[in-house]
Amino acid sequence: MDGMLLHAFVYLAAAVLAVPVANRLGLGSVLGYLIAGILIGPALGLVGSETKDIQQIAEFGVVMMLFLVGLELEPKLLWEMRGRLLGLGGLQVGLTAVAIAAFALWQGLYWGLGLAIGLVFAMSSTAIVIQTLNEKGLTKTEGGRASFAVLLFQDISVIAVLALIPFLARPESLRLAPWLNAPMGQSPAVHGTARLVAGLPDWGYALVVLGAVAVVVLGGHYLSRPLFRYIAESRLREVFTASALLLVVGTALLMTLVGLSPALGTFLAGVVLANSEFRHELRSDIEPFKGILMGIFFITVGAGIDFGILSRDFVTVLGLTLGVMGLKTAVLLVLARLFRLQAGDRWLFALSLAQAGEFGFVLLGFCVQNGVVQGNIARTLSLVIALSMLLTPALFILYERLIAPRLRNGSGPPAADTIDEEGTVVIAGIGRFGQIINRLLVAAGVDTVVLDHRADQIDLLRKLGIKSYYGEASRPDLLHAAGLGRARLFIVAIDDRDRAVEMVEYCRRTYPQVRILARAYDVSHLYLLKRAGADLAMREVYDTSLGMGAAALRELGMHPYKVERMTRAFRRHESEGLAGMYDLWDEDPDIARNLDLQAVIRKHVGTLQDALNADRMQLHDRTERGWTPPSRGFSRESDEWQ
Amino acid sequence: MSNAPESARGSGEGGRRRILVLFAHPSLERSEVNGPLAEATARVEGVTLVDLYAESPTFDFNVDREQARLLAHEVICFMYPLYWYSTPAILKEWQDLVLERGFAYDAAAPALQGKIFFSALTAGGPEAAYCAAGYNHLTIRELLYPLEQMARLCGMIYLPPFALFGARTALEEGRLAGHVADWVRVLEALRDDRLDLAAAAPRTKLNDDLNAIIRGG
Ligand SMILES: Cc1cc2nc3c(=O)[nH]c(=O)nc-3n(C[C@H](O)[C@H](O)[C@H](O)COP(=O)(O)O)c2cc1C
Repeated sequence: MDGMLLHAFVYLAAAVLAVPVANRLGLGSVLGYLIAGILIGPALGLVGSETKDIQQIAEFGVVMMLFLVGLELEPKLLWEMRGRLLGLGGLQVGLTAVAIAAFALWQGLYWGLGLAIGLVFAMSSTAIVIQTLNEKGLTKTEGGRASFAVLLFQDISVIAVLALIPFLARPESLRLAPWLNAPMGQSPAVHGTARLVAGLPDWGYALVVLGAVAVVVLGGHYLSRPLFRYIAESRLREVFTASALLLVVGTALLMTLVGLSPALGTFLAGVVLANSEFRHELRSDIEPFKGILMGIFFITVGAGIDFGILSRDFVTVLGLTLGVMGLKTAVLLVLARLFRLQAGDRWLFALSLAQAGEFGFVLLGFCVQNGVVQGNIARTLSLVIALSMLLTPALFILYERLIAPRLRNGSGPPAADTIDEEGTVVIAGIGRFGQIINRLLVAAGVDTVVLDHRADQIDLLRKLGIKSYYGEASRPDLLHAAGLGRARLFIVAIDDRDRAVEMVEYCRRTYPQVRILARAYDVSHLYLLKRAGADLAMREVYDTSLGMGAAALRELGMHPYKVERMTRAFRRHESEGLAGMYDLWDEDPDIARNLDLQAVIRKHVGTLQDALNADRMQLHDRTERGWTPPSRGFSRESDEWQ
Repeated sequence: MSNAPESARGSGEGGRRRILVLFAHPSLERSEVNGPLAEATARVEGVTLVDLYAESPTFDFNVDREQARLLAHEVICFMYPLYWYSTPAILKEWQDLVLERGFAYDAAAPALQGKIFFSALTAGGPEAAYCAAGYNHLTIRELLYPLEQMARLCGMIYLPPFALFGARTALEEGRLAGHVADWVRVLEALRDDRLDLAAAAPRTKLNDDLNAIIRGG
């Protein structure tokens, strides 16, 4: 127990110390974790053999990561990207792997080993690249989009590669039929149960596998939704989180039981749920777990880096690293030309994807488990992967400082990006208030994302064809998942007053570029929202009340246009009053104590009648000021109207 | 009151005239000619462009602000597409509300006295239709007599309209760019007092032969 706590402490402390610093320096979190691992491992020697056990647990982070990748894959989005995904991505992985395998073959290595190494190095670092592109605002450039397509293809292809690797082992080192080597992440106990299917004939086994996949797909589609809805209605957050975890763990377990890759299973489950209303919620629930586990995974990789090899074989390792990066860059440049990217985008695309990535580590570990790659080779290769990742920030700097400016000078202003998305609007709260807003915006062709914490409401809206998501809209991670970082407007339409203020405060602090429109309960709430940073706050029943007041005046026989004028005057009087009182209110929001504010309110109430009914001939009469006829004697006194 | 055009001297920077363009187009997103004209207007230095339909979409004017704006300029221009031989509705409502008694007329010191007023309009019909022999029977100047008289009652100097005819086909016939350039030229000449008011005043439309009424530039 003490030992476990101590290890946990060392790992966490290293992460907490190293990751923020790495982030500050623009290196990104993956590198931060690797550096943390290097610090506690090779550098300081604080951790030792237990890294292996920890790594096995941490590998579950990869399973979760693939679940999240699946969750991101809306089939529609996938279909729109198919050209680039298969073309750019497929060619990148294929050409890189084949080129490296050819080199390995030439060096006299077994072809299977060569291909495995090629596939390991074909992967780039999704974590580093996406994060860096985001940080530098390059996601929406053509180069950024192409990079994303390739990364996505790589992430998906990992599933296939995991299935392929067992077949790459030298025949003599094959211990069992490849399918029975329950892939990565399994504990010995689970491995034991995988033998449950060992006795079956081939056709029976095939049936079991099909059955398991069917369970994931059909269960995910038909069972999980009512289940989540039921749990959501209980309003117990931690139970929802627990059930999200249960889904992932359960899927992984099922897959291991029938001897399939758990990563493949959770990926499938993710895709099945990508269209569900719980997508954002699931993502924000699983993401922290995945983040921590992946972090620990990277730390163990860093801790496992053998610097002995680096000092002994410095030239070889460095040569391999530069060779791999050079080769990847070359392949990417050719593809970029083939797919007609502009010069600047071409270089961004090629340099950003030149490193090997975290999936490389995962595949490598799997290769070792399956006896495809020997331990000593694997250690050298890990070092190469890690070094290439460490060099990535330098490549981005190279692009930004040297390549981008030169291209810009050469060919005038850079070509404008193709804009294929409207600035999105995030609407929190889709009760009676939010619905009207959403209907208007959607009818006007604006893209909206709607969040609400009432599962039944969301369910109903979805049936009516309105894109909406379940979730406690006051949760920062959910707001982030809903795309507030890229949105232009955030509309707070919930009916919980305190939450609304918190939400506005949070959004103002975290996303200063977003304009915030908020639903206010009354004047005090309106002021609170304004102080919290809302750009516009409106009282929820103000318009309707005024409308009904106007209807009452018409019922009493007043001329409709006179009523219209009075209503306008009321509005003007009211908004001037509200604007004038804010500063006084700000000094002391407690009206009972704020004597100055009381005095102004009294005056405001008192002047309303004047504003609406002042003497027609007075210039300051608000309603009658317009359309005031000339004095009756005017045409007699002057000659001008004749 | 005499009609002699006594030139409105600019009291803006360097004796230049400040120009207020009150622009009215209710469906700008469909406009072919007024949109480009308004954009060009906004780029001319010393000109204030006000998109009335954008500022007061419910026809609810803040009269004090409108009047203050008038006082701050020496040239007032209505810019609009001709709708039923007149201005779009919002400009009529603007007149009814802003040109108040005691401010614009029937006042000890009429606020707009000596300022220049004119229209910049586009009309769907061809120029040939706007004459006694054409199907519109009246010239564009005659059709706009109410505006001319409004200006005169307020003590303003009236100039004939800056007009584009056949506006629906101006773009495809390649007449738009030249018209926009002429418009910018007129604005700059008015601003810099290079436009011969006396020569321009009797015309049917302002943009007949600009070289004859504009000096230099
Ligand atoms: C309601 C309406 C009334 C119109 N009345 C006239 C008219 O009386 N005489 C005329 O020549 N054109 C008339 N037109 C044509 C407009 O003047 C013409 O469409 C406009 O000047 C084109 O400018 P735009 O492309 O900026 O909209 C009318 C158009 C509309 C929509």
